[in-house]
Amino acid sequence: MRSAIDYPVESRPAPEPQESPSGQRRMTLNMGPQHPSTHGVLRIVIELEGETITRAEPDIGYLHTGIEKQCETKTWQQVTTLTDRVDYLSNLANNLCYALTVEKLLQLEIPERAQFLRVMMTEFSRINSHLVWLGTHVLDIGAMSMFFYCFREREELLRILEFFSGQRMMTSYIRVGGVALDAPRGWEKMVRKFVEVFPSRVDEYENLLEKNPIWLNRTKGVGYISVEDMIELGVTGPMLRGAGIPMDARRTEPYSGYEKFDFQVCTHTDNDVYARYRVRLSEMRESLKIIKQCLEGMPGGAFQADAPKVVLPEREKMKTQMEALIYHFKIVTEGFRVPKGEVYQAIESPRGEIAYYIVSDGTSKPYRLHMRTPSFGNLQGLSPMIEGALIADTIAALGSMDFVLGDTDR
Amino acid sequence: MLPETVLSHADAAAVEAALPGAVVEAKHEFHELTLVIDPARIVEVCAFLKHKQGFDRISTITAVDWFPADPRFEIVYHLQRTKDWFRLRLKARVNEEIESACSVWRGANWYEREVFDMFGVKFANHPDLKRILMPEDWHGHPLRKDYPVHGYRYSYSNE
Repeated sequence: MRSAIDYPVESRPAPEPQESPSGQRRMTLNMGPQHPSTHGVLRIVIELEGETITRAEPDIGYLHTGIEKQCETKTWQQVTTLTDRVDYLSNLANNLCYALTVEKLLQLEIPERAQFLRVMMTEFSRINSHLVWLGTHVLDIGAMSMFFYCFREREELLRILEFFSGQRMMTSYIRVGGVALDAPRGWEKMVRKFVEVFPSRVDEYENLLEKNPIWLNRTKGVGYISVEDMIELGVTGPMLRGAGIPMDARRTEPYSGYEKFDFQVCTHTDNDVYARYRVRLSEMRESLKIIKQCLEGMPGGAFQADAPKVVLPEREKMKTQMEALIYHFKIVTEGFRVPKGEVYQAIESPRGEIAYYIVSDGTSKPYRLHMRTPSFGNLQGLSPMIEGALIADTIAALGSMDFVLGDTDR
Repeated sequence: MLPETVLSHADAAAVEAALPGAVVEAKHEFHELTLVIDPARIVEVCAFLKHKQGFDRISTITAVDWFPADPRFEIVYHLQRTKDWFRLRLKARVNEEIESACSVWRGANWYEREVFDMFGVKFANHPDLKRILMPEDWHGHPLRKDYPVHGYRYSYSNE
């Protein structure tokens, strides 16, 4: 059966390669969607004149899974598991953003311990994401050993995430009203060990790369895009900070208690691939600083808000209290209700500004859930970045954007 | 007449003073300012906000389908000013077509393509209005409320 809302589809032939003013014939080249350096399924149609790119058009949508549509059919707490799968390298940032948005609608107060746990886990996932980026980006450029070093530390991190949430990657740890589980016994020891070891590891990465002439030649002065273009096209995150704009939602619009932590917003002024690498490297150090503060100042108390209509009751209470059993049944079967309204909440994911725009019609399912994802905005800056550059630099430029195609296509 | 809570914001008051009648409705909820704009004047308001009020970032453009209401779609713009990081939400209610904001922010391009792809709202004067996430030969617009979640291709009821 065909939809009743058909519209005529225009077939668009690929533009004919044109003669350039210098008389050289231009060549159209198709890169992707299966290309090792896009780390996903991104297709770029590139027009070349010699080795110079004259036009580049990214073609996205190969990883579109219709998550926004699916969210409309799930209850509020079921959506949490879907948010994990949007940006699968920093799923906790997505969890956090979703939870904060719904809590804003519910006007829910979150206990301090839950806030600290959230901040700590989100910073872990920031380091995790930057490690994957560093390993694969350097691998693309040609240094293989970095990949193994980065993934060695990532393994430690995943072990910590598993210790806290029971899952290595799709954690769904941050829920509406708090976090899923309290910090497990012995977590301080595990986190302290990581905090002690990791700084020397970052120094190791730095030593490996900073004195490597190939790395420096391939990154310095490559992938320039003007600040005006970036702001106009919606580029955010380390890309923008690498150009000297201190845009970081953790500082500019503090959420989840970030105003209580002492950290630097890392910026660099060179605005090239190297600057973005410097920004991410310093961000790993700053994240570690935040984790250290969480470790030392972790408050006691509840890890979930006192909101029986929203938060699932403890197992013990369900066995002894009638009300707890009723609330549990209500939340699990029909889900909790969220009052009518619309909110927009932006947070800083490892890739940039991630924001959820949620419209509620007062029922137990979101009426509309829109994800403003950083990779989508960042990828829009790809054309001005690589047009006019050499084709060999495309890989370095692409890698420095650190996009996740799941995040782009949703 | 706009409510007091809205007019106390300098940006809302400035729009109301410079372009009287362009804001048809406004509210201030959850510390977020929302202005509902007359769809015929959306580009005028956007240009004013960008050039006079300094809203240089377009964070996102999306839509909400209020089927079967009339007008059916609400196009939602989220703007941000990088000077003080203030956010503003604009809305315009339309049935099928609205002027594109690409002439104001070039970054509106992909967001408007996404709205066109997902909701079927057309953007007049858009430089390259075609599908972005779905295949080019796809039929229907998935985020419309009358589009089934499992799609039309895998209908269980109508073999």
